[in-house]
Amino acid sequence: MKRFTCDELVDLITAYLDDALDPTEREGVRAHLACCQGCSRYFEQFRATIVALGDPPPEKLPIDVRDRLMSAFRERRPS
Amino acid sequence: MRSFAGGGLPSDDVIVRALRAGDEAMFAALLDTWSRGMLRVARSYVSTDHSAEEVVQDTWLAVIGGIDGFEGRSSVKTWIFRIVVNMAKKRGVRERRTLPWSAFEEDGGNSAGPHFDPVPPGGWTDPPAAWPTPEGEALASEVRGMIGEILARLPPRQRIVITLRDVEGCTSDEVCEILKISAANQRVLLHRARVAVRGWLADYFESVGQPD
Repeated sequence: MKRFTCDELVDLITAYLDDALDPTEREGVRAHLACCQGCSRYFEQFRATIVALGDPPPEKLPIDVRDRLMSAFRERRPS
Repeated sequence: MRSFAGGGLPSDDVIVRALRAGDEAMFAALLDTWSRGMLRVARSYVSTDHSAEEVVQDTWLAVIGGIDGFEGRSSVKTWIFRIVVNMAKKRGVRERRTLPWSAFEEDGGNSAGPHFDPVPPGGWTDPPAAWPTPEGEALASEVRGMIGEILARLPPRQRIVITLRDVEGCTSDEVCEILKISAANQRVLLHRARVAVRGWLADYFESVGQPD
């Protein structure tokens, strides 16, 4: 198992979440998070940030643009 | 007429065959599934909502015109998102809002600001303050309205990577394919962007004051 300092650990969070660490590194991150309050709080906030980003305000193509595109598709490719 | 409401899209083979055959329901399903994300991607490069809408419209016209030549070397989704990225980039350059992509090779570098190194060497001198609980859901609804403005503060390459990954939910493979960057580069840009966004959210929660 690898040992990490706090500043090393926070740099690895994205790689950890992407499962891009080797097993000894992964174990080291888990062990550190289990006993370091600062890093584990940072880690939870990092995850909460990702959740928040994945829930953006709704967004829609304006209806006139959508209509125009449907007509373009129809004209170009008569079914 | 088929409906894709609720379910996901069918496989690429089915999509491509349907589009080539002029299947309007399929085209409508793609429009309604991907246009949202395409608008957000376009907005990473251009200056107004109107420009973003035009970029998305031009992208779909290119898809209509190009579907017969689509060779399936990438997925339909990454093909379409590559088109929107390229068109938006060009338009952004024209608007002089952004510099050419190559000018941003360094923007994952030293410009990320005060949150780039959250922990001083030697450990937390000042551990992060608690956020309102439950972290997650409450947070998501509270900051939803701030996301667009927060993303706009990021350097361009960080912004497009975090938009594709965390806002649109693309996989890292898809992002690498869409932007033609390496997995390592993608991860660095994504991590720096997340560090910056977390830092800004932390500032926000501090500014509105904490219970406890």
